[in-house]
Amino acid sequence: MDKKLEPIVKDLQEKFSITYEEHRGEVHCFVKAEQIVEALKLLRDEHKFDLLSAQTAVDYYPKMSPRFHVIYQLTSLEKIAFIQLRVPVNGDNPKVPTATSVYDTCNWRERELMDMFGIEFENHPDPRRILMPEGTEGHPLRKDFPLGYEEPQFTFNFEEINIRKPYAKE
Amino acid sequence: MAQIEEIGIGQFKHLVSERALRGETMLLNMGPQHPSTHGVLRLILELDGETVINCIPDIGYLHTGVEKNMEAKTYQKAEVMTDRLDYMNTMGNNLAYVMAVEKLIDVDVPPRAQALRVILVELQRIASHLVWLGAFGLDLAAMSVFLYCFRERELVLDIFEMVSGQRMMTTYIRPGGLWRDVPVEFEKAVRDFVKLFHKRVDEYERLMTRNPIFLDRLVGIGYLDKKTALSYGVTGPMLRASGVNWDLRKATPYLGYDQYDFNIPTREEGDTYARYIVRIEELRESLRIIEQALNKLPLGPVRSDNRKFVPPPRSEIGVSMEALIHHFKLWTEGFLAPQGSIYNAVESPRGELGAFLESDGGPKPYRVHMRTPSFDNLAVLPEITKGHLVADLVAILASVDIVLGDIDR
Repeated sequence: MDKKLEPIVKDLQEKFSITYEEHRGEVHCFVKAEQIVEALKLLRDEHKFDLLSAQTAVDYYPKMSPRFHVIYQLTSLEKIAFIQLRVPVNGDNPKVPTATSVYDTCNWRERELMDMFGIEFENHPDPRRILMPEGTEGHPLRKDFPLGYEEPQFTFNFEEINIRKPYAKE
Repeated sequence: MAQIEEIGIGQFKHLVSERALRGETMLLNMGPQHPSTHGVLRLILELDGETVINCIPDIGYLHTGVEKNMEAKTYQKAEVMTDRLDYMNTMGNNLAYVMAVEKLIDVDVPPRAQALRVILVELQRIASHLVWLGAFGLDLAAMSVFLYCFRERELVLDIFEMVSGQRMMTTYIRPGGLWRDVPVEFEKAVRDFVKLFHKRVDEYERLMTRNPIFLDRLVGIGYLDKKTALSYGVTGPMLRASGVNWDLRKATPYLGYDQYDFNIPTREEGDTYARYIVRIEELRESLRIIEQALNKLPLGPVRSDNRKFVPPPRSEIGVSMEALIHHFKLWTEGFLAPQGSIYNAVESPRGELGAFLESDGGPKPYRVHMRTPSFDNLAVLPEITKGHLVADLVAILASVDIVLGDIDR
């Protein structure tokens, strides 16, 4: 792990008992949903992570439970350090507290996730759809949302496509 | 599909002031078809006379589902989608995505390809800033600047056509290197352009920088302070105009940017004029980088020879059975990327352009997210337009340099 990140991860471990993973030099910390706002506040105020570079989500349906990971990619301008926080969220009734009080950019980013994944951000100041028109049904970036045409099945990807086909299976 | 409700004030109740509900202020719809919104951006303005009290951007008119579409394509084929994100910065988009893929599959890029990438991306930065400068002038009713800028941009697009066959949707930067080596005329074309462009930047500056009408319209308009900028995730020239010296080319040097000598233009004022100055100076810095990169352009291959991920050159396919097999496998099934996730960011003309990739070990990306700078740069607009006139709003919006394809994805 990067030397700059060691004390930060240790601090997070002590205060929020997080677990972490490393991949190609990136550090991914797993935080519980109810602690995310506090964790972001700690990183911003104590460790100078001023910039929330990206906030996104991944849908692991149907392979993994919990279904979603909400991802916060943070940048520290002063230390030139990068850290990623991941919040696992359950598939039925996905809820995460909003982080708009910590970073203003979360306002639009969370609206996008609400729109695209149907993850609810509690106490969000402006919970409207952002990209899709009002009245759209469903959440396009979920894995069970069809792309709009039938994908051709070959032997090497037959099973993979079969899982997410919308037709009734016997 | 549910019935689409008619748009009324009810939807924006929590975003406008109480006076709007009593009918004392006016709600005005600006866009989505409006010449100064640079595409299809809709702004809902709450006005008191001609003063903007609230500004509510409404986006999504250009949403094409790029991220969803990329999930259904192999890593190489998904790259063409990135061209269509920020259509003013196609080389840069390719670079952000390709570098993330390279990081994921752990492929090295030969030095010649790296230097060529630098030249092309910096040329793209110039082309992008030229479109911005032209449109900026147009929004401030300086028509001639637009014509001059597009004249020079054409030269850059000609160079792109020379190397890739396409003026805009280039897809020239590929995982592991470049599509093919540049033609012999490339070096002369770039040198001619650099020589010419030094003088042309001076010309633009003579037209605009000290122009009294221009100064009246810009100085002190649309002030954005450091703290708000960072909290809103604003990056790029907008952040640097607010006094934060942050450029990913210096902070995390990729493509060997640490070998080149260049400055990061920064201003403290944080107004519309500062954003203009920063971008003009960036034009000159980009020229410096291009000159240096051209002077020490190394010879050698432009593509990695890791055949498991990078297709073999055309000349090998006719004589080598293995090359033919690799070519066939890579263009039908694609390569299997190892499991994991990657976030890689580069400095685009508009700010931090990041590519987030999640791989499940298959030939297609499991999830792609493009962190596009215009999205966050536009989100700050309501903060910086409050209390200004509608005419100033046009100037501020132009200084943000939005590209709607970048925002809506």
